[in-house]
Amino acid sequence: MSRRRVVVTGLGMLSPLGGNVKDTWEGILAGKSGIGMIEHFDASPFNTQFCGRVKGFEATDYIDRKDTKKMDMFIQYGIAAAIQAVEDSGLEVTAENAGRIGCSIGSGIGGLETIERNHTTLEKSGPRRISPFFIPAAIINMIAGNLSIRYGLKGPNIAITTACTTGSHSIGYAARTIAYGDADAMVAGGAEYASTPLGIGGFSAARALSSRNDNPQGASRPWDRDRDGFVLADGAGVVVLEEYERAKARGAKIYAELTGFGMSGDAYHMTSPPEDGAGAAASMQNAVNDAGLNATDIDYINAHGTSTPNGDRAESQAAKSLYGADYKQIRMSSTKSMIGHLLGAAGAVEAIFSVLAIRDQVAPPTINLENPDEGCDLDYISGSARDMPIRHAMSNSFGFGGTNGTLVFSKLDD
Amino acid sequence: MSTVEERVKKIVCEQLGAKEEDVTPQASFVDDLGADSLDTVELVMALEEEFETEIPDEEAEKLTSVQDAIDYINAHLQ
Repeated sequence: MSRRRVVVTGLGMLSPLGGNVKDTWEGILAGKSGIGMIEHFDASPFNTQFCGRVKGFEATDYIDRKDTKKMDMFIQYGIAAAIQAVEDSGLEVTAENAGRIGCSIGSGIGGLETIERNHTTLEKSGPRRISPFFIPAAIINMIAGNLSIRYGLKGPNIAITTACTTGSHSIGYAARTIAYGDADAMVAGGAEYASTPLGIGGFSAARALSSRNDNPQGASRPWDRDRDGFVLADGAGVVVLEEYERAKARGAKIYAELTGFGMSGDAYHMTSPPEDGAGAAASMQNAVNDAGLNATDIDYINAHGTSTPNGDRAESQAAKSLYGADYKQIRMSSTKSMIGHLLGAAGAVEAIFSVLAIRDQVAPPTINLENPDEGCDLDYISGSARDMPIRHAMSNSFGFGGTNGTLVFSKLDD
Repeated sequence: MSTVEERVKKIVCEQLGAKEEDVTPQASFVDDLGADSLDTVELVMALEEEFETEIPDEEAEKLTSVQDAIDYINAHLQ
């Protein structure tokens, strides 16, 4: 029996460049930065004083006011992006199909702000003042949980947490669920809200963040000689995946086919990849194999490209090892140069950019790349978006712990 | 200064997202105002905060309507 095919039929997103897919994508193609100074708390004692924030979010556009206090912001973002994706897809949940539709939406960190707030309450006022909603408002699987309640989705319900690879793994896993026959449609992605004092302070202490406080919009500069760490950002990305025949039968708009999913582990270091990017290369190769393609068939790579000194070089080396002598063909960009690093949502929003790159036949740019560093000698679509034929696009994510995930999307044959 | 009744009603509206006209003295938190078990726990916490009192769990379980809450506060307010 041949494998069931999986297609993308709905997209939803909140990012530092906009409260939906359209605004974000327009900003990306225009090479805009969504990064700014921290204004929601006093960041003056912190090494890093900027990040990427979602602007103008009105939770009550998506969620009853009464329920907002039962959900950390990461859950609210996830629900909002999921609602956008479901509405975009036109997916209808009925009593007959509810058991065949599920959720796979995770987060890298979860309800950090809620944890901080309740801990402060505990210290100040004692255990009797801890909110009864503290735990359900903070735990990572509550996007999937709340979404299933809202739409009556009775299929597989899961939340993967693999640091910055969460979004990619969540989507890849959802695709497998459909291909294997456990579900016919899945709402999949990731969400994050870690721009809190502990989030900024923690990543900063790990020496992971850029501290270019005098130029926040120039701080995320993947592959540039002067890069000094990633830029933390909030947001969410969610897609609707469907079994191909089902999507076709209902006349759904099909953005692209999800043809490949690969994973690997670095088995190397808690927060750094090996220099040669062997784990990244294995993840990419596994995804290409899964898609039944050769690496050189990939027209565009949406890189993990976080703007950290080690990570950027390792990913470039990994891609080169895959393409071998044909490495000059590689077209790879980092949209994190514009929106920063959405951690557990990164893989999901970047999967969406890869899908849109196929739809619009345009590769998004890498901005702030002024002087390519040694060992970073690929075509990074520097400066501005590029119209080009894109039949197969790849999206990479690599996370703390050495957890790697790669997705391959392909243009659907007419 | 608002009366106890007004203050209780205000908190019930805020906590349960209920409309003012629905929050009658007879209204049951669960049956009429759509509260679940966690909502009622949080509602009691909000009452404790507003009236600077501590409501023991065994008493809190008996507060099922707006009037119950008003009566309890009136009886225990110093």
